[in-house]
Amino acid sequence: MKGKRFALPFWVVLFLGFAAFVVLSAFLRFEPGTRCGANFLDFARTMAGLLPPTFLLVGLFHAWVRRETVEKHMGSESGAQGYFWAVVLAGTIVGGLFVALPLCLVLQKKGASMKVILTFLNASMISRIPMTIFEASFLGIGFTLIRFVISIPLVILIAWAMSLWLGEDFRIAEP
Amino acid sequence: MIGLGMVIAWVIMAALFSISWFVSRERTLEAVRLAWSFFRDVLPMFVVVLVFTSLSLGLISEEVLLELLVGRGLLAGSITGAVAGSIAAIPGSVAFPLSGILLEKGVPYTVIAAFTTTLMMVGVVTLPLEREYLGFKVALARNLAGLAMALVVSAAIGFFFGELL
Repeated sequence: MKGKRFALPFWVVLFLGFAAFVVLSAFLRFEPGTRCGANFLDFARTMAGLLPPTFLLVGLFHAWVRRETVEKHMGSESGAQGYFWAVVLAGTIVGGLFVALPLCLVLQKKGASMKVILTFLNASMISRIPMTIFEASFLGIGFTLIRFVISIPLVILIAWAMSLWLGEDFRIAEP
Repeated sequence: MIGLGMVIAWVIMAALFSISWFVSRERTLEAVRLAWSFFRDVLPMFVVVLVFTSLSLGLISEEVLLELLVGRGLLAGSITGAVAGSIAAIPGSVAFPLSGILLEKGVPYTVIAAFTTTLMMVGVVTLPLEREYLGFKVALARNLAGLAMALVVSAAIGFFFGELL
């Protein structure tokens, strides 16, 4: 009973085990083991420098941009404008596929076309702003820019081709 | 690269934070609370990935890992990255710091792009969920298109960073 009440989560157990392994390695002069410890400290230092600003940026984003505000602009789905808003809406969602798929269903019920919905779905995977903040922090703004310039047109192309294949009669299922 | 990224991240954060504070103190405090709760949610996953990364880079000597991702050329490295990205299901808040580590260890941008793009676009683990909404055929087609896209993106990244040609 006592054991159950004080059961530690997996990650704490893993971390403590890792720490014990590193300390033991230091005593036994097991060089690969101490190298693991040095790696961990090195990574943790980089994270400590980059994670606070990154998470705060993501927090600011969520505090200021409300989903309803963006959803309001999705009313007019015509040609290029539909794609544009699909990408913009996709950038603002949180939670990835688990949120994007139900939203696709909602968009279809509201009368959005298949090509816009598929653009939204694919764009929600590659252009979510919180995720992009992480990407730019750790891989550089150049990487992020190139990726966007290349992948946004591809995402639209894929959505366009798939909507031709499926036709506008295609219905997203309610799970 | 990482050092500069760090400075830029802090400067942008400080600037936006000041503006936000100036416009609305409550919203800004809400942002801090949100940031803390996101961090708390992702922390366990973070520790797990960091421990496994430290272990794999320490025990499976760096040479072996880098041999897989770098040593056999860009194509083999990118395919390895794409396979890993398609199978793995880790959030961006963990995957990009991990990619930053790999980059520091000398893994080319091309390979990183194959990994991160498939991580985003292709999900073997989430395929059953997608099937619920789109049906198997459409879900599969979308994932395969994502895989093809990842190869184009990583080629473009490789070209841009001078790793191709």
